Formats: sequence, C-alpha cells, structure tokens
Amino acid sequence: MAEGVVTEAGGTARLRAWLLSDSPESTFHARCQRFYLGWRAFRTNPIAMIGLSIIATLVLAAVFAPLLTQGDGAEQHLSDRLLAPSAEHWFGTDELGRDIYERIVWGSRITLYIVGLVGVMVVPIGLLIGTVAGYVGGWVDTVLMRFTDIFLAFPRLILALAFVSALGPGIENAVLAIALTTWSPYARLARAETITIRNSEYIMAARLQGASAWRILYGHIMPLCLSSVIIRLTLDMAGIILTAAGLGFLGLGAQPPLPEWGAMISTGRQYILDQWWVAAVPGLAIFVVSLGFNLLGDGLRDVLDPKSGSAG
Amino acid sequence: MAHSGNPIAGTGTGSSPRLLIARAANLLFTLSLTFVGLTAITFIIGRVMPADPVLAIVGDRAPKEVYEAMYLKLGLDKPLIQQYLIYLVNVLQGDFGKSIMTTRLVLDDLIRFFPATFELASIATLAGIFIGVPMGVVAAVRQGRLTDHIVRVVGLIGYSVPIFWLGLMALLVFYARLEWLPGPGRIEVYYDGIVDPITGFILIDSAVQGEWEVFNNALSHLVLPAAMLATYALAYIARMTRSFMLDQLSQEYVITARVKGLSELAVIWRHAFRNVLVQLITIIGLTYASLLEGSVLTETVFAWPGIGQYITNSLFNADMNAVIGGTVVVGICFVGINMISDTLYRLVDPRVR
Repeated sequence: MAEGVVTEAGGTARLRAWLLSDSPESTFHARCQRFYLGWRAFRTNPIAMIGLSIIATLVLAAVFAPLLTQGDGAEQHLSDRLLAPSAEHWFGTDELGRDIYERIVWGSRITLYIVGLVGVMVVPIGLLIGTVAGYVGGWVDTVLMRFTDIFLAFPRLILALAFVSALGPGIENAVLAIALTTWSPYARLARAETITIRNSEYIMAARLQGASAWRILYGHIMPLCLSSVIIRLTLDMAGIILTAAGLGFLGLGAQPPLPEWGAMISTGRQYILDQWWVAAVPGLAIFVVSLGFNLLGDGLRDVLDPKSGSAG
Repeated sequence: MAHSGNPIAGTGTGSSPRLLIARAANLLFTLSLTFVGLTAITFIIGRVMPADPVLAIVGDRAPKEVYEAMYLKLGLDKPLIQQYLIYLVNVLQGDFGKSIMTTRLVLDDLIRFFPATFELASIATLAGIFIGVPMGVVAAVRQGRLTDHIVRVVGLIGYSVPIFWLGLMALLVFYARLEWLPGPGRIEVYYDGIVDPITGFILIDSAVQGEWEVFNNALSHLVLPAAMLATYALAYIARMTRSFMLDQLSQEYVITARVKGLSELAVIWRHAFRNVLVQLITIIGLTYASLLEGSVLTETVFAWPGIGQYITNSLFNADMNAVIGGTVVVGICFVGINMISDTLYRLVDPRVR
C-alpha cells in the first residue's frame, strides 16, 4: 500500500520534471510544457477557476444527463402539474407536470449544442477572412473589410430576428442567424493580428523556403491568431447564450417540446404570478452558465494576454 | 463590440483642408455603403420570407385576376435587383411602403413608435453613465481590494443575466408582490390621450403641458424597464471605465502629478479621468446604440409600445414592409450613433485631431 503511494508520488514528480525541463525534446513535449505552464498560471486565478467549474458542471450534466435524471424531461404527468419545488421535484414541475430539474439537465445539451455550433462556424470564417485580408492587403483587404464592416454595423439581435423569421423558427436556423451576426469581430481581430506578424522574420524565412501563401496563412499565421480569437469567443459565449435564449423566449429558437431554457421561460411567463419557479429556474440556469463563460473568459484573458488593461 | 476596432476611423493625422475633404468623402462612402448593405440584406430577407406578400394583402379567397393585378402592382414580376433598386429609391424618399398590420404608412408608424424606445434607451443610458462611471473609477483606484471585487462581480452579473428574465422577476417582485410599482405598459389606460404628443416623449410632453399626474404615472412606469436596460449599460460602462482608468493610473504623468503634491482627488479626476473621457465617449455611444436595438426583449416583457415591439409584432404577422422599415431605421441609428461618437472623439482628443 505504502509502496504504491511512493511510486505514485515519484511518478508525479517525474512528470512535473518532464513538464518543467528547460530543453524540450519534441514539439509535443514543448506543447505539453506550454499547456502546463498556462494551467499553473490559470489555477491561481480564483475567478477563472469558478468559471471553469461552472462550465465543467454544464458539460458533465450534458454528458451524463441519462444518469442524472430518471426520464428524458419530456414525460407528462398531468396530475402533478405546477407543483412547487419539493424533495421529490427539486425545481418543481411545469404546466404539463414535467419535472423542471430534468428539463434543465437535458436542456444543457441544447445550450452546449448551440454554443459549440456557433463557435465552430464563426471561428473559421472570421480567421479566414481576417488573415487573408491582413496578409494579402491591397484591394482584397479593402473589399473584405468593407464587407465585414457592413455586418459589424448591423444591429445583431434584430438581424438575427429577421433571419430566423425568414428561414423559419427552429434551433438550427437560430444557430445560423447568430453565427451570421457574430463572425465579423473575429475577422477584424484576426486581421489586426495578421498585420502585426506578417512582416516578421520567420514569415520571411518561410516565404524564402518557398512556402505558398496558403501554407503560411494556415501553418504560421492562423495558429498565432488563435489565442486572442479563443479569448474573444469565450467572452462572446455568454452573449451567444443570451441571444439564443432571447430567440427562444420570442418563440423563434428551439421549438417545444425541446427543453430549451429560453423557451421554458416563455411558457413559464403565463404562470409567473402564482407559480414563479416555472420561469425563474430556467432563467437562473441561463444566468449561471453565461456568468461561468464570462468568468472563464476573464480569467483566460488574464493568463494568456497579460497586456490587457482589465487584468486585475 | 468594443474590441472590434472602429470601422469609420480615418488614418490621417493632419487637418489640412484636403485631408478633411478626403476624410469626409471616406465617411460618406462608408455611410452609403453601409446603408446599401443594410437595406440589401434586409430586402433579401424580406423576399426570402415564406409568406406571400400578395396573399397577405388580398387574402387567400381573392379571385385570380385580383391576385395577379396586385402581383403586378407590387412589381413582383420584375427582376429582384430592379425590385431592390425601386425599394432603395423609395426608402431614400422616406417611403417604406404600407404596413399590412396597422394599414398605415410604415414611416408614420415608425415616427409614432420610435420616441417610446428612444425615451427608454436614453434614460437607461444616462442612469448607466451616472452610476457606472463612478463605479469604474472607484474600482480602478482601489484595485484588488474589496470595492474592486464588488464592482467586477456586479459588472459580470449585469453582463450575464438575461435581461428579459430579470424583467419578469422584477415585475413579479415589485409589481405583483410588493405593489410598489405599476405593471407593464407605458402609462395607465385612463391617462392615455390626456397630453398632446408634441415630441412623442411622454415625460417631456406632460411636463411642458403641466400635467404632473400624467408625468408621475409615466415616470413610475418607466422605472422598471429603464432599470433593466440600465443594468446592462451600467455593467458595460463600469467595466470599461475601470480598465481605461487602470491604464491611465499606471502612466508616468500620474506619478509626476502625485510627486508634485497634488491631492489624490485632483490626480484622479482632473488628470487621469480627463484622458479616460475620450475613450469613454466611444463606449457610451456603443452602449446607447446597442440599447436602442436591445430593447426588443425588454419591450416585449413590459408591453412597451416602442419600435422593438413593433418589429417583433410585424415579424409574427409577416408584415415585411414594417419589418424592413424598422430594421433599416434601427440600423441607421446604430451606424449614426457610432459615427457621432467617432466624430466627438476627434473633437475632444487633441491628439487625434
């Protein structure tokens, strides 16, 4: 028993020595080291850690939803409708007798789905347009940036509203609408980063070696833009969640009976005076999750971008 | 939005007449390009809508001839690009077409509904400035201490809370349970129509006409929705003020001022804050613009008869003329406010001039 503990401690120490050694042996080794050092800085930031634990809880709830609940949040028990929170129904029940706790847990999947999908769409578009504009320059830059500016000047929620109403309500269309109104700041960000690095010596070296423009963009410029883009995305996540919830609230996002939190508030609105929990609980869930993303984003910025003025 | 850089900022630093003209031309070009983009995208959205604009007017029992006559009258047989150009020319003349829902001209509707939104957003922004700016300054001065943490947390909460939900909860607590404040709506029904709409702003109209009872009623209706919007404005302004102030307080001129023996108040407000002011103008402009558009959800919750509610109601009734008109007007305000703040920025900051 004692022996096992000793080996384990020895293993940890060896792992740490490997992670902290001055001369990394491979790219993989160097990457692990960077990640570890970042994590060490991140760990000392309580705000970021709170944010991380909220998001981790969200992910765990989404992954283990079948284990955390007895049903899938869709079963109706009309005899149990609008019950107040109790030991049996932690968050009470809604107008169709569905358990609100179960719906919140299952709803976390929808939230993650929306956020993930928007991120997956927005980052490549923004990176591509921004890096190409910044690297190529000239009239390409002007055209691409004017195009970006038009989207930047748009009122976001109203554009998303108009898009969803044109495409028809539904969760995929809501995602598409949010993505269309979100990508433009990423293009600007990526362009600004590209301009500062496009004349550095290692880019010259790559070009002298005969690397194609695409290779330089993809292999050398985009990875360097990624950290600021990711910070921005984490900080934007809260806004994305709130917009999606707003669309759901207006009846333009996820459609019933899907347990989307914004749509749940919308139905709970009818019972607000007597059964407040039907609307209160999903709103609280939205609030906690977007707070989590904001805390995490703030912390990430403190760790990854020490220049930032708001680092406390 | 704040980190997105300024799309309209010119690059010149001098102020010779030629540069000024070039800058004005650049500004005008950006403005018209944005305008064309804005109308084009909303127009396309309007045409992609599954709803048939002809059916919406003539009804689904109209005979074929009536349907076709209306189809031609609306110009739907022309190519899309031609339809758009006709629409653009009309919009430039202030003609947004007729609203199917209200059967009035869209422009008249917009003029009727806009002041309510404007009043709400203006008061919320003012509240955000008067509370948010001092909060941000105090937090920066006391960086890392309890006050700072409280301000940061308050800021993050304002950022993270779904405003429409907060509005519902506020109605539940302050209207339904405590009965301190009135419910949804802009004014009590029995006060409706007492004051003549001179400016469209109920507070100003009732004050000018000496109808203080109406004024008080309108004010009490304004408290909750304005407070909800102000929560967001306050969070954003406080957060940015704090970050700008931190930048300034670490500058050498601040140390010089302190070494000179100036009082702490003078150092903070007369030296550091003055430099922050310039950046703050942009932030306040952004906040104002986003409140004008962001009031959609708040207006829905509080049944506030503003432009946001008008757009949402029109959307659900497939009233595309109204939707496009509303979106274009909000978009123009959005761009306009950002441009005004950009120009102000140049006027206030001698380094940019």
